[in-house]
Amino acid sequence: MSAGRTGEVVVSLRDVRKSFGDVEVLRGVSFDVRRGEVVCVIGPSGSGKSTLIRCVNGLAKVNGGSITVMGREVNDPRLDVLALRRSVGMVFQQYNLFPHRTALQNVMMAQVTVLKRPKAEAERVARALIAKVKLEGKEDAYPGELSGGQQQRVAIARSLAMNPEVMLFDEVTAALDPETVKEVLNTIRQLAADGMTCILVTHEMGFAREVADHIYFTDRGVIVEHGPPASFFAEASDPRTREFLGQIL
Amino acid sequence: MNGRAMPVLPPAAEALAARAAVERAQGGAAPRLRLRHGLVLGLLWAGAAMAQDAAGETAFAALMRWAPLLLEGFGFNILISFLAMAFGTGAGAFLGLGQIAPSRGLRAFSVGVTQFFRNAPWLVLLFFCMFLLPFEFVVLGATIPFPDWVKAVIGLALPVMANVSEILRGAVASIPSGQWEAAESLGYTRRQTLWRIILPQCVRRMLPPWMNLYAILTMATVLASIVGVAEMMTLTGRALAAENRADLLLSFYGFVLICFFVYCYPIALLTRRLEARFAVAG
Repeated sequence: MSAGRTGEVVVSLRDVRKSFGDVEVLRGVSFDVRRGEVVCVIGPSGSGKSTLIRCVNGLAKVNGGSITVMGREVNDPRLDVLALRRSVGMVFQQYNLFPHRTALQNVMMAQVTVLKRPKAEAERVARALIAKVKLEGKEDAYPGELSGGQQQRVAIARSLAMNPEVMLFDEVTAALDPETVKEVLNTIRQLAADGMTCILVTHEMGFAREVADHIYFTDRGVIVEHGPPASFFAEASDPRTREFLGQIL
Repeated sequence: MNGRAMPVLPPAAEALAARAAVERAQGGAAPRLRLRHGLVLGLLWAGAAMAQDAAGETAFAALMRWAPLLLEGFGFNILISFLAMAFGTGAGAFLGLGQIAPSRGLRAFSVGVTQFFRNAPWLVLLFFCMFLLPFEFVVLGATIPFPDWVKAVIGLALPVMANVSEILRGAVASIPSGQWEAAESLGYTRRQTLWRIILPQCVRRMLPPWMNLYAILTMATVLASIVGVAEMMTLTGRALAAENRADLLLSFYGFVLICFFVYCYPIALLTRRLEARFAVAG
């Protein structure tokens, strides 16, 4: 599962800074994510984790530093936004499925509109992905008829349909019932096993320990500590990390 | 439509006096329409319709003589309401999209126009259209007549436009920002997001307030009588002037009220049903 720290760099952050008004949410964050790696970002609420991954696909604009995705500078004003968005998939805490379309249509729509795939091919891809997230039979259900966990898996399928190089997961289990968290984590586990590059912001420590190749702990806008899960959880040295892990574990 | 040269103020005075008389007779202005009000109105009207003149003709019989003409006038009210709604909705859709446009100038312009026409009395807008618009246009040598009723349609379409614009802006604003973000992160452009994701979700939310606006507009079409358009109120006034019988006022204007009630109440019912259904589904 682990590609180690040797593969091609897919996402690279250098001294990323981001402020909302006078509040500096990110105060110089740097790290690299390599192909096939699964990186988990953990940390207390308000430490800038979600802002961090929203900057990676340009949903939030950074104020300083540099983010590159597949060698593309996200800050570049001449950035081909469409190309960036195609290479980065994103899954949200609140699923954000399109409620006026069925599960199948949700997975098909962007393929047809954005990628200009023929309808028949888009439908074939969509059906395969819905099967992959184990939702066969739910193709014609509207989001309102699905449980939170099912909606989140449709949202994952919708992102995957765009053939992204890297997937961003923004606290995707935070709004779910405990029983359905497992279904969604299984789906992500499967993706990781298939070699998808993933950046997860999560509160699921057990899952992070199991699936991550590398863990970053952020607090007040900076990366306090990082490392592979085995050493991170066993040997975290910074007092802030110890305090956080003490509360969570 | 109207032969007199300066028809505006005298009919206005007549119509207002006649309406005030009806309201005095009923003990107040007509309240918001509900079924029980309709029943009360119907009973009042039936009572008034039984009144007889010296020659022994009941008010009802007199009304029956005039009913075809009055209903024709009512058809004209409906036609004005359809056209004003169609033009108002079309223009309002553009104006509403302007209110959410990325361009700051376009947005400021659209918000300004919307707020101006939304906060102007309908009757004043109607008067402005009557006096400002010419009675005919000459385009490339061809003369296009521009009768009063067309001006009335435009005058009524203006406030409808402003209200539709605001309904659209409100509906777009009510869609959670996560919908925009999800579409954006899938690579949709702003325009694609608006047309394929946001607006389709707005249609459902806009339908009840839009239908409500239509019912209000239909009831406002009688304002056209003040500027001399031969719609139902105007024709009723003329019929009463021809009959010159005070005992007919109640039943004739009661008939007008009943016509509007019968037309508008089902719209109100349907609107409420849709609202309830969307509240559950939403």
